[in-house]
Amino acid sequence: MRSIRAELVRDTVATLFVQANLHLDPALLDALERALENETAPTARDILDDLSENARLAARDGLPICQDTGMAVVFVTLGQEVCIEGGALSDAIRDGVADGCRKGYLRASVVRDPFLRQNTGDNTPAVIHYDLVPGDLFRIAVVPKGFGSENMSALRMLKPSDGWAGVRSFVLDTAAAAGANACPPMVVGVGVGGTMEKAALMAKHSLLRSAGVPNPDPDLARREAELLDAINELGVGPGGLGGHVTALACFLETYPTHIAGLPVAVNISCYASRHAEAQL
Amino acid sequence: MIRLALPEDRDRFRTLQAGDRVLLSGILYTGRDAAHERLLLTLRGGEPLPVDLRGQTIYYVGPCPAPPGFAVGSAGPTTSGRMDFATPDLLRYGLAGMIGKGKRSPEVVAAIRETGAVYFGATGGAGALLAGRIRECRTVAWPDLGTEAIHRLVVEDFPVIVLVDSRGEDLYRSAAARRTP
Repeated sequence: MRSIRAELVRDTVATLFVQANLHLDPALLDALERALENETAPTARDILDDLSENARLAARDGLPICQDTGMAVVFVTLGQEVCIEGGALSDAIRDGVADGCRKGYLRASVVRDPFLRQNTGDNTPAVIHYDLVPGDLFRIAVVPKGFGSENMSALRMLKPSDGWAGVRSFVLDTAAAAGANACPPMVVGVGVGGTMEKAALMAKHSLLRSAGVPNPDPDLARREAELLDAINELGVGPGGLGGHVTALACFLETYPTHIAGLPVAVNISCYASRHAEAQL
Repeated sequence: MIRLALPEDRDRFRTLQAGDRVLLSGILYTGRDAAHERLLLTLRGGEPLPVDLRGQTIYYVGPCPAPPGFAVGSAGPTTSGRMDFATPDLLRYGLAGMIGKGKRSPEVVAAIRETGAVYFGATGGAGALLAGRIRECRTVAWPDLGTEAIHRLVVEDFPVIVLVDSRGEDLYRSAAARRTP
């Protein structure tokens, strides 16, 4: 057995949330700068310049890239031979989210009850997904998920006969509808297969990848590239005001599914699609 | 580039056209989902609003807390469409301008035309950049709402683009029309 102190988990979670909120993924900053080469319209170029400049200012001044510092989504990969000492793992994660919120001057954006809607004041609780694996690996990945883009996400239970064409069309409809609300150029996570909730979870999980890193499966990598090209043909453009760059990346994950179904989930993320991870 | 002082220059809102770039200086009031629910309830109950918004401009934002040495934390626009349910009532009451991101409902566009108001857009996702144009931030109503309270902002050269002008011209619609000939 390998032991990891709960305090270390707490401090790591706090650091990851601050880091993800203050520092734009360098791959996305590169993608924004490459996007400028494809845009000629002054409005589209100005918005891309604003977004790059915003990332530089956020890092320089220690301000969050975006005021919506998100609801805390945490993916834990926990080796079966790891023992968490000194407290419950989920409590350590909760305390890390609260510490990160305070130390990073992040916004408290979470309400205790979806109907009564009282702010919890420290961005807790998190949405936590655990994945148990053999061995003594312990990896923690965070996605501070903003709701301008989250609200534009969608899930549909397609029929097997709808096939790839149906999936493609649903992804394009969802990205087109997201428009300016998602702070484009957006990042699009797609989960196909499994059950309803598995498709949604894969779509979210895919957002952990960095722009420019394709799915390791060549067939899925080809489909991702096809989706990204098709999304960019939509013309939504930076800020939703028209242009050639509607998305900076599209990630696809799949899982075996039922003979009767073809679940598809599209998780829309903004240009800043924030994520960070650490291995302890 | 057009420069407007707020609220003094609200009479010039009618001269703005969709697509115009504008730098705003002066007073803005913040308000988003929770404040709009209360504003609408207050208006419909025939009570006075806690802040006189007649002739003023509302910015749909829930800012981050201010780190030491800053007037405000990151403060970019949120999705305006979620405020559509209350907007026609607020415009008829006398609200002059709005700043946000994203499309508005046909009812809101009609109310903008009817009242001669204007809907501005700020760059979505540029919260750190926009915070740099905010000089003061003070909570003026419903502090229990936290970030969703109504704050009074003093801004300087706050960059916006006219998304819907007082004639109801909608920049998102014209952008869409250009790409589907």
